[in-house]
Amino acid sequence: MPQVTLIEAVNMALARAMADDAGVVVLGEDVGVNGGVFRATVGLQQRFGPERVLDTPLAELLISGLCVGLASQGLKPVGEIQFMGFIYPCVDQLVNHASRLRNRTQGRLSCPMVLRVPHGGGIRAPEHHSESTEAMLAHIPGLRVVIPSSPEHAYGLLLAAIRDPDPVVFLEPTRIYRAAKGEVDDDGVALPLDAAFVLREGRDVTLISWGAMVRETLAAADALDTEGISAEVIDLATLKPFDEDTVLASVAHTGRCVIVHEAARTGGFGGEIAALIAERGLTSLLAPIARVTGYDTVMPLPRLEQHYIPSVGRIVAAGRAACRFN
Amino acid sequence: MTKNWPDNQLPVIARFEVRYRNYLAPDGAITRPPPAFASDIGLLVSLYRAMVLVRAFDLKAVALQRTGRLGTYAVSLGQEAVAVGVASAMRDEDVLLPSYRDNAAMIWRGVKLEEILLFWGGDERGNHSSGPVHDFPCCVPVGSQAPHAAGVAYAFKLRREPRVAVCLFGDGATSKGDVFEAMNFAGVHKLPVVFVITNNQWAISVPLRLQTASETLAQKAIAAGFIGEQVDGNDAVAMHAAATEAIAAARDGRGPRLIEAVTYRLGDHTTADDAARYRPPEEVQARWKDEPIGRLRAYLVGRNAWDKAKEEQLVAECQTRIAAAVERYLATGPRAPETMFDHLYATLPPVYAAQRRDVEENH
Repeated sequence: MPQVTLIEAVNMALARAMADDAGVVVLGEDVGVNGGVFRATVGLQQRFGPERVLDTPLAELLISGLCVGLASQGLKPVGEIQFMGFIYPCVDQLVNHASRLRNRTQGRLSCPMVLRVPHGGGIRAPEHHSESTEAMLAHIPGLRVVIPSSPEHAYGLLLAAIRDPDPVVFLEPTRIYRAAKGEVDDDGVALPLDAAFVLREGRDVTLISWGAMVRETLAAADALDTEGISAEVIDLATLKPFDEDTVLASVAHTGRCVIVHEAARTGGFGGEIAALIAERGLTSLLAPIARVTGYDTVMPLPRLEQHYIPSVGRIVAAGRAACRFN
Repeated sequence: MTKNWPDNQLPVIARFEVRYRNYLAPDGAITRPPPAFASDIGLLVSLYRAMVLVRAFDLKAVALQRTGRLGTYAVSLGQEAVAVGVASAMRDEDVLLPSYRDNAAMIWRGVKLEEILLFWGGDERGNHSSGPVHDFPCCVPVGSQAPHAAGVAYAFKLRREPRVAVCLFGDGATSKGDVFEAMNFAGVHKLPVVFVITNNQWAISVPLRLQTASETLAQKAIAAGFIGEQVDGNDAVAMHAAATEAIAAARDGRGPRLIEAVTYRLGDHTTADDAARYRPPEEVQARWKDEPIGRLRAYLVGRNAWDKAKEEQLVAECQTRIAAAVERYLATGPRAPETMFDHLYATLPPVYAAQRRDVEENH
């Protein structure tokens, strides 16, 4: 099997979905001739034509609203927003229409759309290009929020998102678009949505993360291992709805939990996981739940962003502290 | 040496025009030769009947709201000709994307009166519409349905289907980027979509002159690269004619159109609004002479196609139909509370089963 990067896996999944289903339409700014600012859609317009791989005007609200209209008539639109900092005009459409079209029509219309959005910092991008506001989206009833952490996950989860009958926001971790490489078989097999992945089994502490932070979290588990601490690593993968059972089972097993995310701490999705464990897993806890997160500040410009994004060292320290607590 | 020309001699590189359409004067007299369909008196009578029905229905809905049996409701008093004129120009297979004041269009398309009451009565089953299965429910956030219309029209174009998306919104919506983004895209791709602005002069309390400095709203189409026409929105014949032409053009691949229907909101914005706070009663009173129902009635009477007996019979029919709808609405049993989860996703994620059970057991 070929080694591909995460962005190449996204491209493979889009091409596979378009080849399998004539109703799949890719749209966004620069997705056609240019193949997308990150090259996720490269080659698709040559292969599937400009009607199905559509360069839209520069208007994010329009892209998300078009997706609602297209999806309402049975097509499978996959919209691209260039960076997460530009998703906010789409939020109106996601909250008021995409996520509730099925509900408000009592199932008469549905909205099987995917909105692909590069997520997070660490790529030395300009202001407004490095946001991590997934918790805001995960709060919206009726939506799915999915974020892969590897090329295999990007391929399988994107196929699942496109085939899903409901709207999915698919967040792609820009920091590992090219840094993550893996073997991906272009077999058209989707991975399950709404399911967390246990990437590494462990005994002493559960580390939970998603997206690009999974890499630092796995590295932290390696480092803890050299200290004799056995860490279990969970990649949440789907934030909305999230796999509560896998989280609770792991914490019941290890008794300790560290949640790692790049987004700012207050109102971050880590709080939701901590609340779940407090409600339904409190008695298995041997130490306080810890969060290792971005800070409650604007994502700094490139010279400081490495201080904002949780480091392996911060995660190791939190895991160590959880295990030493008594 | 370059010659300095005065500015007023710089060459004109583009000129634009906006046309205005009207056939019936407020007293029902003909202002210019009407289109051929106007000789089909049966069609005009059906437009008239639809307008009378929705006006009587609105009156009943307000009475229900005032007596606590309906939630906030938006009447279309005075602007019935717009939605009726447009909907009557559509085919079943076209897609309607209405706003919250377009009941008349939805009723024409087959939505039941009791469904509209259910929706405004706070029950989602009202949106399980008996109209065409592909039509959109009425849109509450103003103008946010315009991009949907562009998406629907793009789907038609992609599938080579001779269908048209018809999107209704108000004058306030033209201040939103949503509407221009949708029109701009529709123009670029020559999409089969017709945008209809119901210009009723007021966006709640804000008058048109504070909404826009544009001389017309129809000219908003010019920047998007297609024709915008201003129509007397109180003239049902003009509305039906303009919509028929625009929909035919869109269906034939000649691209989108914009219709600005100039009318007046004779009522409050909604039952939660008191328009007397921001507009003088004399203004409203003066506009009653323009209203669309009396105008079409006068025309039909002048053609010996309508009389007092027919009017009485129609009013009685409307009352019977509305009363039956109200009865069905009021007799609709409560929804089981846990059904709030039923159409959240195609299949409810198991993680929410506990929440659903909680509703089932504790409500």
